[in-house]
Amino acid sequence: MNLQELSFREALRAAMREEMEKDPQVFLLGEDIGVYGGNFNVTKGLQEEFGKERVVETPISESTIVGMGAGAAMTGLRPVVEIMFADFITLGMDSLVNHAAKFHYLSKGKVDIPMVVRLPSGAGTGAGSQHSQSFEAWFCNVPGLIVAAPGTPAQAKGLLKAAIRNNNPVIFIEYKKLYDTIGPVPREDNYIIPLEESYVERKGSDVTIVTWGPSLHVVKKAAGKLSEEGISVEIINPLTLYPMDMKPIYESVKKTSRLIIVHEGQKTGGVGGEIAAKIAENDAFNYLDSPILRVAGKDIPVPVAKPLEDEMAPGVADVIDAVYKTVGLS
Amino acid sequence: MSSLTNEEIKDLLYNMLKARRFEEKLQEMSRKGQLYGTCHLGIGQEASGVGAALAALHDGDLAILTHRGHNQTIGMGADLSVLMGEMLGKEQGCAGGRGGSMHFFDLEHGNYGETGVVGGTYPIACGMAFTQVYKKTGKAVLCCSGDGSVNTGNFHESLNIASVMKLPVVFFIENNLYAMSTPVENTMSVISLSDRAQAYGIPGMTIDGNDALEVYEIVTKALEYAKSGEGPFLIEALTYRQCGHSKNDDQCYRSQQEVDNWRQEDPIYRLSEYMKENHLATEAELYELERKAFDDVLVALNKAQDMDEAKVQNVDRFVYAE
Repeated sequence: MNLQELSFREALRAAMREEMEKDPQVFLLGEDIGVYGGNFNVTKGLQEEFGKERVVETPISESTIVGMGAGAAMTGLRPVVEIMFADFITLGMDSLVNHAAKFHYLSKGKVDIPMVVRLPSGAGTGAGSQHSQSFEAWFCNVPGLIVAAPGTPAQAKGLLKAAIRNNNPVIFIEYKKLYDTIGPVPREDNYIIPLEESYVERKGSDVTIVTWGPSLHVVKKAAGKLSEEGISVEIINPLTLYPMDMKPIYESVKKTSRLIIVHEGQKTGGVGGEIAAKIAENDAFNYLDSPILRVAGKDIPVPVAKPLEDEMAPGVADVIDAVYKTVGLS
Repeated sequence: MSSLTNEEIKDLLYNMLKARRFEEKLQEMSRKGQLYGTCHLGIGQEASGVGAALAALHDGDLAILTHRGHNQTIGMGADLSVLMGEMLGKEQGCAGGRGGSMHFFDLEHGNYGETGVVGGTYPIACGMAFTQVYKKTGKAVLCCSGDGSVNTGNFHESLNIASVMKLPVVFFIENNLYAMSTPVENTMSVISLSDRAQAYGIPGMTIDGNDALEVYEIVTKALEYAKSGEGPFLIEALTYRQCGHSKNDDQCYRSQQEVDNWRQEDPIYRLSEYMKENHLATEAELYELERKAFDDVLVALNKAQDMDEAKVQNVDRFVYAE
């Protein structure tokens, strides 16, 4: 495979560029995504390359931005919508939940909504409680939406390309603290990571950890340390949070008999709870040797000061503690 | 004088009659407990609904409708039996029982459906209009809404965006004087809601929404304007909902006198009178149209009753596209 080192941000940009080159119906829509390059510089240079007709800047009007995306998608285009901060999708929820997620169903399948909504999410930038939230759990409760969350630059490229080619509205969760991370990314135009397929990030035998987004890196670090102590961790990254491919998780739990779910979004009502419930409903439950644990964001608004913000999200020590607990070492 | 031929005017009246009979039938069935779920009727608003729909249909344009969109749906040519089937929760209904009265769809005629959230049509219409520019189709979008929607954020966001981007969309607002039970004077400080167009630098006009021919002419011109590259156009069509907002509405917020006064302005009556006065149709021909519309609705109802019940095993079909 022909690889290049790219940042998460560059990988996203490469995905959009390639899909725009391949399909003239793909266009970008959002605030400050032109000359400025988007608030996080993800679309930098694309307006220069593709013109103002295809990299379309809007006023600050999230409800209409998302609804416009849906209307354009209904009539044959493939919009990639950027919401400046995931937090601002609150202003576009009617267009997203009541319209984009419903029209395929209400038209008896006659109308498709091939739209991607990119949401720069999560903490780690000191931006505070209105600019740091992780909303993926909300969207996982809306049939009609697909929710994807890459954790590495390669995943960012492969998943975003799959999302753009998909005929449904896809919520694309981009954790902001990942934008500067660097990793190997396949150059191939057809490098696609299929949606709705979970990925085994690391093989292990003692405990299964399901995680995604920035928590993936926290868990990987913890797994590295634990392996030095002889504890073998299997890491599964669902990549698509809804609808989630549970099969590899069931299989892994049957193998390890222990499950921990780690995510940055708040614990209560989080995606982790749904995974735990699915295990409880499956015969994998009979294989469990200890209770399922969740290591997740605290149930608080995201604070600004660095030590407070760090305290909110799961860290390496939190994951290690949970593993000790589940294997009976604490 | 109308730009429509005599035959086309007859057809316009015929569609208004069909819409009226269709809704009266729904009202009757609802009262008898034969309909599950709610429906929002536009009895009295046929001139604005059908007239605007006909303008869009003639030009091959697209439309998106509100929860009170039966008049437009029928005006754009939807098959009555498919609509009735949807009302009865039948598999062959336009959404196979998934949508009901608030979600009629009829893509074959450019009708992208009704939405049940007030103000929800504005952003979608902007996106549909964006596609027309992007693909250079030369078409425009008829964005239907009501007076209740003009105080939502979507109205202001979308009028602004449509103006800035010069999108080919006609914002067609039926002002029936009430947002559910709340009179417009309690919700707006402007005399005419079309005055608001000025704030977005677009043309706005208030018209007699119970005059079907005027509605047709003005909407046609507005669609042409939008397609010429000038951008959006706002029309406020003054009309009146002679029935309640939905089936649970006892209309305690207005007097019978007011309703009776507006019945004197009934759009079907007015168009019929116009046709007689101008010798476009005889009394007998008008009667024949009325009888035909009446029969059409009964035939549609019979057909719908013979359709299959919505299949429970298909309830999760069409949640996602392939």
